[in-house]
Amino acid sequence: MGTETTSFKREMLSTLPSLRAFAVSLTGKHDKADDLVQDTVMKAWAKQSSFEMGTNIKAWLFTILRNEFYSQMRKRGREVQDSDGAFTERLSVHPSQYGSMDMEDFKKALSQLPDDQREAIILIGASGFSYEEAAEICDCAVGTMKSRVSRARSRLQDMLKVSGESDYGPDAVSTQVTTSNHSF
Amino acid sequence: MKDNNLNDQPMRSQPDDGLGPTSDIGSRLRALYGAVQEEGVPDQLLDLLEKLDNAERLHSERSQQRGE
Repeated sequence: MGTETTSFKREMLSTLPSLRAFAVSLTGKHDKADDLVQDTVMKAWAKQSSFEMGTNIKAWLFTILRNEFYSQMRKRGREVQDSDGAFTERLSVHPSQYGSMDMEDFKKALSQLPDDQREAIILIGASGFSYEEAAEICDCAVGTMKSRVSRARSRLQDMLKVSGESDYGPDAVSTQVTTSNHSF
Repeated sequence: MKDNNLNDQPMRSQPDDGLGPTSDIGSRLRALYGAVQEEGVPDQLLDLLEKLDNAERLHSERSQQRGE
């Protein structure tokens, strides 16, 4: 009995960093993200009997967090959200291998995406979910998920092209590591 | 050009979504996401999890004692 509780806790612990990063991408603010993760942990704990050990706890927790986020938004009204989502706040750890201007442009572009496209590209591109898992988390069809990701990707590409085409070509990412680490 | 060796890419997603290791947008997304992950989990969250776990353990011990 006690061991089962402990392994549930352990599994939750291992998912928290990624869950928190997703929360930051939704709320755009660290303090709000931490509140959201806290609410999610409480909800998940209360519902733990509905979770089957050995199944995908990460997808389960992401689903709870996302539902919690949108239900809080509905209750409070959209206008209360004073950020435009995504990683708009200054991060305490600077993403390595990119110059800060580079990353600011990217963050801005990301924040300009429609919510559904932004969460789609983050779940697939950064959280590491499959299309099937992401579709389940967002309660949509797999095909819908695919088209959201693809639209998000091409919009980001367009926006980044406009903001600084000469800075990086398609292959510049790997070589950039050695050349532009001056920003922090 | 594209790296198809999926097993070597822990953060890799689907083969042709354009977000793989050679993609600019994919690496930027992961750099951003990874930066938040590296901040670690705030103490208040760890404390909460600890409290929930302890409360549950205490509860199940008590109900076991009562039951027998």
